[in-house]
Amino acid sequence: MRVTAKDVSYVADLANLELSDEERQRMVRDLNSILDYVDLLNELDTSSVQAMAQVSDRYGVDRSDQRSDRFAYAIREDIKEGLRKSLPHDVALQNAPESDGTFFKVPKVIDR
Amino acid sequence: MNLNSLTIDAARSAVQDRKVTATTLAEEFYTEIQKDDPRIGAYLILSKDRALEQAGRMDQLVSRGEKLPPLGGVPIGIKDVLTTRGVRTTAGSKILGNYIPPCDCTAVSRLEAAGAVFLGKTNCDEFAMGSSNENSAWHPVRNPRDPSRVPGGSSGGSAAAVAADMAVVALGSDTGGSIRQPASFCGVVGLMPTYGRVSRYGLVAFASSLDHIGPITKTVKDAAIVLRTIAGHDSMDSTSADLPVPDYVAELEKPVQGLKIGVAKEYLGEGLDREVRYAVEAAIQKLESLGCKIVEISLPHTKYAIPTYYIVATAEASSNLARFDGVRYGYRARDARTLSEMYRRTRDEGFGAEVKRRIMLGTYALSAGYYDAYYLKAQKVRTLIARDFEEAFSKVDAIVTPTCPTAAFKLGEKAENPLAMYLADIYTVTADLAGIPGISIPCGQTRENLPIGLQILGRHFDEATVLRVAHAYEQAVAPSA
Repeated sequence: MRVTAKDVSYVADLANLELSDEERQRMVRDLNSILDYVDLLNELDTSSVQAMAQVSDRYGVDRSDQRSDRFAYAIREDIKEGLRKSLPHDVALQNAPESDGTFFKVPKVIDR
Repeated sequence: MNLNSLTIDAARSAVQDRKVTATTLAEEFYTEIQKDDPRIGAYLILSKDRALEQAGRMDQLVSRGEKLPPLGGVPIGIKDVLTTRGVRTTAGSKILGNYIPPCDCTAVSRLEAAGAVFLGKTNCDEFAMGSSNENSAWHPVRNPRDPSRVPGGSSGGSAAAVAADMAVVALGSDTGGSIRQPASFCGVVGLMPTYGRVSRYGLVAFASSLDHIGPITKTVKDAAIVLRTIAGHDSMDSTSADLPVPDYVAELEKPVQGLKIGVAKEYLGEGLDREVRYAVEAAIQKLESLGCKIVEISLPHTKYAIPTYYIVATAEASSNLARFDGVRYGYRARDARTLSEMYRRTRDEGFGAEVKRRIMLGTYALSAGYYDAYYLKAQKVRTLIARDFEEAFSKVDAIVTPTCPTAAFKLGEKAENPLAMYLADIYTVTADLAGIPGISIPCGQTRENLPIGLQILGRHFDEATVLRVAHAYEQAVAPSA
């Protein structure tokens, strides 16, 4: 088994999840079963293949191996003036679970 | 008014010609929803005030003798992952149970500007993660054709609402097949446009490099009408394409004679249900009889698409879903003593099992020591899958495949086995990875009367050809033809 209970604890920490004991056990089983299937990718030699993070990665104009200029729109100049307005303060707070009218309220950040 | 098989043009003309008012039409749909939806579960939230206000505006236009806009008075459903100003938007998740968006999704505001009457929010898998709609935090959706079966997912509510005449058309979203697969299972039309063709502004993000918004409709023409309305550049989404939008409806009537249609053996192999295969083979013959040239092609990296997809999509999801922390909106766990405890308990209590599984898988694939082995590897294989399509589209104008390996499965059948559920998307994830458009249209049914879907894929930004082939097939097999 490649993913152990310890790995699950570590990853749950990174993802800000607590997970019950039962969920952890099931997660070990499920992640191993999915990753065993993902192993299929190792059949392929990809040492000379470029990664594709975005559709525009592959089809953008600024690439030497471009196939199309139709995704040129994905690259644009920075906007320095005339930015659109952000959400008004009161609207931004409307969905807050807890607020004092000016700020979002949260529990203590540092526990002493 | 008979809501059965009501199309956009039929609904709009009925209102324009004063056979029915837009208000009465909307009321009739709400009556239908009240009667049928307890059995189906397609809707989560109804937006009756907003619908009747819009219907009233359309009725005023008619009474002043003005011409209705293209979707004037047409009742529509909106998948609950699309934000709607003032109307609760949950993304099928408890963590957004009380969320009231401050703005409208661009696709929704464009449809309303074109006169559409927005009836309510349709059910879906939580954060659009699922292939059966069983991952909705609220309740499952049942397939209108057979209530013991799933409607598909994740846009299961949208597909079921259209199939059961509880909306003329609906919007869905597709990240790995979530428009096309439920359309196939429910016997309706589902169109995923090219990545970037439709603005994603206001779509609750699942996997940003794979997410698409598109229509679920009864006819190909209706899909063309909705796409024409929602497509086009939007300054609120920098990945939306700044390209002219063709008149997809006019393009439908162009002939299909001489078009080269690719058939890939990788989509007709092991795991494909026999009845689905027969139906798709018959559809291919039908296209040939319409003058299309059938060309055998190969998409050799097809079998790597599911593992590639489940690494790329979950990695992006783990990042996108980090924003749900109980601070600015949504659910917050009670009585946490510290901020960090509040984050964890909020996410633990707010997310369902499948969402947690995907966050965990994605976080693992991005974590130190595994990034190259999983995430980078998957991104490279994504290039190979995109190249397969480039190669194929140098020889053919469109590709025809089954939408799904089987017809609709039973509720609970795959619920305990995530991998089996993932494999339901085997023929649809490839187009999301490559960014190309695809449609699912009905192509017959099984002996158990379950709908079968035919998928048609096209080149980047060539929805017109995809729709044209779909329309030609639809007309050729229509009962009146």
